[in-house]
Amino acid sequence: MKFGVLILEGPYQHESSDSAYHFTKAALEKGHEVLRVFFYQDGVINSTKLMEPQADDRHIQRQWSELQEKYDLDYVVCVAAAKRRGINDDVIGPGFKIGGLGMLTEVAIEADRVVQFGA
Amino acid sequence: MGEEEKGEKLMIVFRKAPYGSIYSFEGLENVLIMGAYDQDISVLFIDDGIYAIKDGMETEAVGIKNFSPTFRAIEAYDIEKLYIDKDSLESRGLTVDDLVIQPKVIDAEEVESLMEDQKNFFMF
Amino acid sequence: MLHLVNKSPYASSCMDSVEKYAHKGSPILLFEDGVYAAMAGAAFESRIKEIMGDHEVYVLKEDLAARGIADRMVEGVKEIDYAGFVDLAEQNKTASWS
Repeated sequence: MKFGVLILEGPYQHESSDSAYHFTKAALEKGHEVLRVFFYQDGVINSTKLMEPQADDRHIQRQWSELQEKYDLDYVVCVAAAKRRGINDDVIGPGFKIGGLGMLTEVAIEADRVVQFGA
Repeated sequence: MGEEEKGEKLMIVFRKAPYGSIYSFEGLENVLIMGAYDQDISVLFIDDGIYAIKDGMETEAVGIKNFSPTFRAIEAYDIEKLYIDKDSLESRGLTVDDLVIQPKVIDAEEVESLMEDQKNFFMF
Repeated sequence: MLHLVNKSPYASSCMDSVEKYAHKGSPILLFEDGVYAAMAGAAFESRIKEIMGDHEVYVLKEDLAARGIADRMVEGVKEIDYAGFVDLAEQNKTASWS
């Protein structure tokens, strides 16, 4: 099945990004396609490489970046939401790209199922 | 072009109140973008989402842009399928006359059917 | 339709919305703080049992374990892992009540 994933919450404050990560990973491991992970609203903050969690905690941006590299995934960080929150090309980690909100509509059209995390 | 000739069925569901959080405002931005893709778009207001289209908003003193007038513009984007849950209105002491737009009033029972009818939908 | 609930029933009206809008027979997945809704011996137990009369209720194992309540689930709740979550999402459209 062709999945899309939508993330609306930022890192650490809520579990949504972690849940979305585990869901995406499990879907890929089961052989499903994940056409795009779209980061919207505070979800855009998951992309910043400036986060520095303590050493014994997970690094949310890095774990997303590593998953992207392993499966060559498409991560889109909404430009309008990103600008509002100080996220730009200078701060996003590897594997993320900033793109238009229309790319969420595109995945809603193309994916069999877009699963939303947070709101 | 008739509605049947349009592309996929997509829907935005508003279920959070405005200003206290940004969900509904950014949800509205999503509606406007979706409108440009010539798909079969629906918009549904349930729970606290109905507050997003309450009339008479004056937001100057809280310093947040009043985005309710933008809801009036969505018909200009060729988005005409607007729905609102009857019970959400009634339980909050409002009627469609209190709103900046007049969505079609539906029963709670129809909400899941409307969701099920979409290819994909998002809730803000 | 699969209804996803990630908030505690004591802190949020998500479960009220699901009860109101979900058609009989539509499955519900409790995850994140939503798992507290399925705890035995708690105030919400009678409500969740009522809900289970009309819906299959699933809970996400990983979130149960994290919260130390894996051994406190109401009887009849189905425990699944993330792979099971993916299966449910494959079989059903999903609605996220946050």
